[in-house]
Amino acid sequence: MHIEIDAIAKEFGATRALHPVSLSIPEGALVALLGPSGSGKTTLLRLLGGLEFPTSGRVLFDGRDSTGMSVQERRAGFVFQSYALFRHMTVFENIAYGLRARPRALRPNRAEIARRVDRLLALIQLPGIGSRYPSQLSGGQRQRVALARALAIEPRMMLLDEPFGALDAKARKELRQGLRDIHDQTGLTTIFVTHDQEEAMALADLVVVMSMGRIEQIGRPADIRLRPATDFVRRFVEA
Amino acid sequence: MISADPVFTRHENRPPPPRTRTCISPTTEPAWVRRTLIGIVLTLLSLLLFAPLWAVFAEALGDGIAAALASLGNRDALSAIRLTLTVAAITVPLNAAFGIAAAWAVTKFDFAGKSLLLTLIDLPFSVSPVVAGLCIVLLFGANTTLGGWLVASGYPVVFALPGIVLATLFITFPFVARELMPVMIEQGRAEEEAALTLGASGWRTFLTVTLPNIRWALVYGVLLCNARAMGEFGAVAVVSGKIRGQTATMPITIEMLYNEYLSVAAFTLAAVLALLALLILAIKTALELRHADALSAIRKH
Repeated sequence: MHIEIDAIAKEFGATRALHPVSLSIPEGALVALLGPSGSGKTTLLRLLGGLEFPTSGRVLFDGRDSTGMSVQERRAGFVFQSYALFRHMTVFENIAYGLRARPRALRPNRAEIARRVDRLLALIQLPGIGSRYPSQLSGGQRQRVALARALAIEPRMMLLDEPFGALDAKARKELRQGLRDIHDQTGLTTIFVTHDQEEAMALADLVVVMSMGRIEQIGRPADIRLRPATDFVRRFVEA
Repeated sequence: MISADPVFTRHENRPPPPRTRTCISPTTEPAWVRRTLIGIVLTLLSLLLFAPLWAVFAEALGDGIAAALASLGNRDALSAIRLTLTVAAITVPLNAAFGIAAAWAVTKFDFAGKSLLLTLIDLPFSVSPVVAGLCIVLLFGANTTLGGWLVASGYPVVFALPGIVLATLFITFPFVARELMPVMIEQGRAEEEAALTLGASGWRTFLTVTLPNIRWALVYGVLLCNARAMGEFGAVAVVSGKIRGQTATMPITIEMLYNEYLSVAAFTLAAVLALLALLILAIKTALELRHADALSAIRKH
C-alpha cells in the first residue's frame, strides 16, 4: 500500500510532539524512522496505525484520505516495543486473536484458523510452539510471535516500534534478517522505528531521519551517509 | 614499582582466611534474632487471630451443639441471615461493576479532576461509617421532603432494605477499585492497543484482554468487598432502625442478642458469620490451587 503523509502535526496539550511533517512512502518499501528519543518517530508510527489522531494534516492510503479511519479499519500489523503479547493466552491464541475478532461473516472457520496459524508459525520458523505461553518464550521468540500475530490479520501495512530494542546483539542480527525475509516474501509496506542508525542503514530501503518532531532528511542509506543534509544528520550518522 | 609499594606487600603477606568459617547470607540475621522475631509474630498471631476465633466457637457451643442449632432456628436469627445475604448479593456485584469502571477510568485515561475522583473513591475509608449512615438518614429520612415523598409513595428508604443497601454500597465502594488500580497501572495499555490494532472492538478488547488480566485482583477485591458488606455495623446500625426480624442484619442482631445476655445465640450467629468468611477464604484458596499454572505463567511474564 502506498502511504502519503500530508503535513501531519500532533500536539499533546501544550507540547508539540510532531511539527507538520510530510512524507511519501511507496508501495512495498521497507522504511526506517530513525532518531533519538523524543524525536517524534513513535508518535508518527502511532498516527499511521490509528492509535493517535493528528491535530492537523492528512494521511492518505492508496490516495484515499484515511485521516479519521479507526484503528480497527486500518488493518495495520502493529508490533509493539515490548511486543504486548496477551500473557493469559497461548501462542496459538495470540496469533489467532485477530482472525477470531473478525465479524462473523468474515471470520474463517476453526480449521482454517488453525491452518493459518500453523503456516505463520512455520513462516517465523517456530513450528510447534503454539501451546506455550509468552512467559515461556525467549525475547527473540516473543518478537517473532508478535510479528506472526500482526501478519495474521492480513495487514495492509506493517508498523514496528523498536522491534529489536529489547534483544541482545546476537538475536538482533538474526531477527533483522528475519524481518527482511518476511518483508521480501509478503511485499508489505513496512515502517519500523529505531534509534540505532546502524540497524536503520543495514535494513531499510528508505531512511527517514527525525529530530525534535521534524524530519531532517529522507533518503536511501547510502545517500544519507554520503550526503547528510544537516549538521544533525551528520553527527547522528557518525555516532 | 608497584610491587615495592608497602601496602601491596603487606597484602601479600596476609595469612589465608581460616577454612572453618561458616558462610552467612548477607541478607539474614543471627539465629537468636530470627527465632525471637518469629516467636513474637506467632504469639501475636495466636493472641489476635486464633484465640478470638476459638473463643467465638467455644462460646457458641458452650451449651452443646443442640442449643446452638436451636438458637439459629429462631425466626429473628433466620431473618438476619437472609437479610445479610440479600444485602451482600445486591451490593457486591454492583460495587464490582462500579469498581471496574472507576479503576478503568482512573488508570487508562487522563482527564481534569482525576485527583478529585481519586479522593472521592477513598472517601468511605476516611469517613466514619456512622457519619455516612447519618447522611443517608438526613437525606432520605421520613421528615425530609425527599424521604417524605418516598414514604408516601410506598418506597421507604430509611429503616428499610434500600437504606441498608445504600449504606453498604457506600462503605464497600473502594475495595474493588483500590484492588484493581495498581494492577491496571502496572499492566499499562499496550495489550489493549494491540487488541485494537488486530481489529477487536472496544468491548471485545475489554472482555478478552482487560478482564482476564485483572481477574485475580478482581477476585480479591470482590472477596474483601463481600467480607465488609456482610460485616458492616456502624452505617447500617444508623439507617436500619434495628427492627428485629425486618431490618436487623447479622452483626446488628448479634449485638442485640449479646446485650440481652443471650450469649449462646449471639455467639452462634457470630460463628455463622465467621464461617461465611472462612468459606469465602476456602473458595479463594481452591481457585488459586486450581489455576496455579495459569497464575505463575502470568506473573512471570
